[in-house]
Amino acid sequence: MSTTTAGSLPRYIFTRLLLVIPMMWVLLTMVFLLLRVAPGDPVSAAVGDKLSPEALEVRRTALGLNRPLIVQYFEYIGDAARFNFGNTISDRRPVLDIIQNQGGATLTLTLGAFLIALLIGLPLGRYAGRRRDTAADAGIRVFGVISYAAPIFWVGLMLILVVIRYVPGWPTFGIADASTEFYVPDRTGIILIDAISVGDWISVGDILQHHVLPCLTLGLLLSGVIIRLVRVNVIQTMKGDYVEAARARGIPERQVIRKHAFRNALVPVITVIGLQFALTLSGAILTEKTFNWPGLGNELVEYITKRDYIAVQGLVTFFALAVVLVSVFVDILNALVDPRVRY
Amino acid sequence: MSRFVPKFARTIWNTSGLARYILLIGVLITLVFVAFAVAAPWIAPYGFAQNSIDGVRFPKSAGPSAQHLLGTNDQFYDIFSRVVWGSRTGLQVVVTSVVLSALIGVPLGLVSGYVGGWTDRILVFLMDALYSFPSLLLAIIFSFMLQERVGGGIVAAALALTAIYIPQYFRVVRSTTVSAREATYVEAARAIGARPITIMRKYLFNNVMQSVPVIGTLNAADALGTLAALGFLGLGIQPTQASEWGYDLSRALDNVSAGDLGPALWPGLAIILLVTALTLVGEGLNETLNPALRRRRLQAVSFASVPATKATVTEEVR
Repeated sequence: MSTTTAGSLPRYIFTRLLLVIPMMWVLLTMVFLLLRVAPGDPVSAAVGDKLSPEALEVRRTALGLNRPLIVQYFEYIGDAARFNFGNTISDRRPVLDIIQNQGGATLTLTLGAFLIALLIGLPLGRYAGRRRDTAADAGIRVFGVISYAAPIFWVGLMLILVVIRYVPGWPTFGIADASTEFYVPDRTGIILIDAISVGDWISVGDILQHHVLPCLTLGLLLSGVIIRLVRVNVIQTMKGDYVEAARARGIPERQVIRKHAFRNALVPVITVIGLQFALTLSGAILTEKTFNWPGLGNELVEYITKRDYIAVQGLVTFFALAVVLVSVFVDILNALVDPRVRY
Repeated sequence: MSRFVPKFARTIWNTSGLARYILLIGVLITLVFVAFAVAAPWIAPYGFAQNSIDGVRFPKSAGPSAQHLLGTNDQFYDIFSRVVWGSRTGLQVVVTSVVLSALIGVPLGLVSGYVGGWTDRILVFLMDALYSFPSLLLAIIFSFMLQERVGGGIVAAALALTAIYIPQYFRVVRSTTVSAREATYVEAARAIGARPITIMRKYLFNNVMQSVPVIGTLNAADALGTLAALGFLGLGIQPTQASEWGYDLSRALDNVSAGDLGPALWPGLAIILLVTALTLVGEGLNETLNPALRRRRLQAVSFASVPATKATVTEEVR
């Protein structure tokens, strides 16, 4: 990525993808060191109180945990490269199975949250930026600060409380009613898509209702970040020469903001949304716990309470992969949108 | 040191605009919580795990009353006492973790930035990897690992949080060091034969320390949220060890489903207030201590040497 050679897009993507390998390796090694080398014996931690010492030894041998750590390390890295995250100790489920079954709920939760965050964040940020230093601006900024300071699960609790008081009957936990889960066949792992694919519109409505509160909770957290960013960017682009030029040509102020200032203010939003992926993941874990959402975060917390090292290791490895892949994806997207990045 | 404090205070006083008031409000709210933390045994009417008095059980999930200012929760605890004791837990954990992560992160950043070469590259790579990881997930892993070794107490929580904030100090200190290393006065020190350790200690340390108080307070705000998140997930401080706001909120889930506000409201408000206060202190410090951001107040400068017409000169320095 030297500045002397002309930056071409394929070349940038290639170098960016090459960097994934060492980054992945460092993260995986860190996970392995933290979860496998440091603590004692995974098997006795997970099921130690239920089995005899001989039975524990059999389990250990079956899982290959009595081999040297370095062998286990290479096996772990190799498995992770092939998306094999092992089997849980406590209930002998393949971790990949968990990801396929529960990943969908986390995915629809986060996508819905992003949608809501954009719906709230873009207009408010734009308005605050245009009316800088007015009362409205101050109010919107205070909202931004509070959405950062308030714990997401507390916001969730308050929303549940409001809904219970004023909208009786509205679902406040889970992803669907028991009957919906019974009738909708499991095909893709994403219950919303399954319900749509069989054309069961009552179920679709029920699932969407269940999505509103969790997505709003997580969306509010993310919207604070977007508001702050869009506001600053609008203020900065409004100072640009081309905005001045547009005004000088007699283009109405409304159009100047919409077409000239606002669009350019959106470019950095892509990057920041990507950078917020880690925050989203943390927020999703907490939201899932608050609303008893059947997603990966809830699953992770459950296996941690069971002290199931292999399950935790597998899920954390998957999260690490996701973080790295999203960061690559965002970088490439950025290079597509903004030619300056490629150089 | 005695000369440092007034100078420090004067810098803040001489700053213009909102920054001073932001700082002041933040400090005041923080001080209230510090008072709660220090004087918890005297302020809180009951112990944090006390559910009866003179053999009589407290009511369960009761509303506010003369005996229980903010009511009681589903474990028969007095909510006001839990909130007060919770501020002690929160500040203990946050102060420990912030001090520890600065103690580790700052020297690492200094050495990495000054020595350069492969040490620098490897450290930067490791810290970037640590930084890119979702911080809550990292805290979960660390507390999971530490619970086996040091138990689920305040120490374990503080250590788990320490790990996630080290990279921030490292990054800032390293980048300041890299630019300060080439400065003329450092070159001069090298020319007269100062050893690297001397240069780092005497020449670079004070320069790179400028931004540490700001990062420290902002991290403290973040750490408080993360501690509550750990508690909410049931992975933080165990309820038998200390009172913790996040844990209380996880217990409040059932109350909320029953339409009961009290147990969820107060611990949450405590978190919001303290996090906001610490953020205000951080932002305020940033705008008053950072010369690039600071706007000085217009000040009357009087020259004693001109007694006849007391000339008043105003100056503005950005």
